[in-house]
Amino acid sequence: MGDSQYSFSLTTFSPSGKLVQIEHALTAVGSGQTSLGIKAANGVVIATEKKLPSILVDEASVQKIQSLTPNIGLVYSGMGPDFRVLVRKSRKQAEQYHRLYKEPIPVTQLVRETAAVMQEFTQSGGVRPFGVSLLVAGFDDSGPQLYQVDPSGSYFSWKASAMGKNVSNAKTFLEKRYTEDMELDDAVHTAILTLKEGFEGQISGKNIEIGIIGTDKKFRVLTPAEIEDYLAEVE
Amino acid sequence: MSITEYNGSALVAMVGKNCFAIASDRRLGVQLQTVATDFKRISQVHDRLFIGLSGLATDAQTLYQRLMFRHKLYQLREERDMKPETFASLVSAILYEKRFGPYFTQPVIAGLSDEDRPFICTTDSIGAKELAKDFVVAGTASESLYGACEAMFKPDMEPEELFETVSQALLSSVDRDCLSGWGGHVFVVTPTEVQEKILKGRMD
Repeated sequence: MGDSQYSFSLTTFSPSGKLVQIEHALTAVGSGQTSLGIKAANGVVIATEKKLPSILVDEASVQKIQSLTPNIGLVYSGMGPDFRVLVRKSRKQAEQYHRLYKEPIPVTQLVRETAAVMQEFTQSGGVRPFGVSLLVAGFDDSGPQLYQVDPSGSYFSWKASAMGKNVSNAKTFLEKRYTEDMELDDAVHTAILTLKEGFEGQISGKNIEIGIIGTDKKFRVLTPAEIEDYLAEVE
Repeated sequence: MSITEYNGSALVAMVGKNCFAIASDRRLGVQLQTVATDFKRISQVHDRLFIGLSGLATDAQTLYQRLMFRHKLYQLREERDMKPETFASLVSAILYEKRFGPYFTQPVIAGLSDEDRPFICTTDSIGAKELAKDFVVAGTASESLYGACEAMFKPDMEPEELFETVSQALLSSVDRDCLSGWGGHVFVVTPTEVQEKILKGRMD
């Protein structure tokens, strides 16, 4: 541990007012693979690197972008197993909402519920905070939306955001490229270019993932072939 | 005698052109003895959504309180009013929670959507939804209300005609029922306003 006595108990504030376990969780996110999201005028795109530990791993078996409801999808930076726990809880929440109101859950509500779970894990006994940050992309009656949720349980709505390795470079890049009237296709190009900035090695349809949602309100993950098409357009 | 007939009630909701009407009788009785003649069975949920609860008055009041509680929490959480369809699903879910010890009440839900489309619906005491395009009825006078509404309903009525139709249907129906009556309480809801009227009928 080394840091101090405050790095042991999850719920003890250090004298400077920090909860160091949450800081550590953010460090875990910061050293995770880069993910980013861009909200366009007519949809949202989320994208992430998919670097695998060995070339022997079957890349088709790894899915870093998941959908929660037909019109909401998300991606993470940080620890994969923690992400799966959150996906399972969020899907259940979405289903419960649907069972009660016979209406799809609004993006804001699902994000709030997910963030509430993450907050609980910073204050409960016998657990640790989630080592992930989430980017949630959705399209509902209030239009396209992009949210980032952090291990502390805080969440914000973004026009474009990035997390994981190279956050600051990616965010600076997005700040330069982002425009309000951007269409979904432009946003996919910008997302690829931003990933390319900090990418080590050759980018391909197999080592990145892209998820999009447009005015049809159907979230879907692009196939490697579709990503290759976009990559060819960017070149 | 069934417990749903203990207090006596008559409820009807009808659809017009971009408007709807919901009406009830005003009697509260204990079997054949009349206790109150100004009883309210219809409540306003928000600007353009109403619910009427027929059946056992004590259950109607309790259910009403629970529904308002859930709706207020929904308003705070989602910063919007419930759509009529959503509210109907909520009512249905809350009633089915008590599947084996139900509230002895049959709700009538009527509302205008954001696009000014009228919505009416009823459920049974355990939450089975029944949607209708024309009218829905409930209460001890429901049989005579069915007859009256079937005879008098016309599609796409304007608010004034709708008020006349629903009032005549209600007043003639409660005259054929010993347990409901003592005038009526009518709401006519249009995209711009809510009209509330008290009817006098056979006050005996």
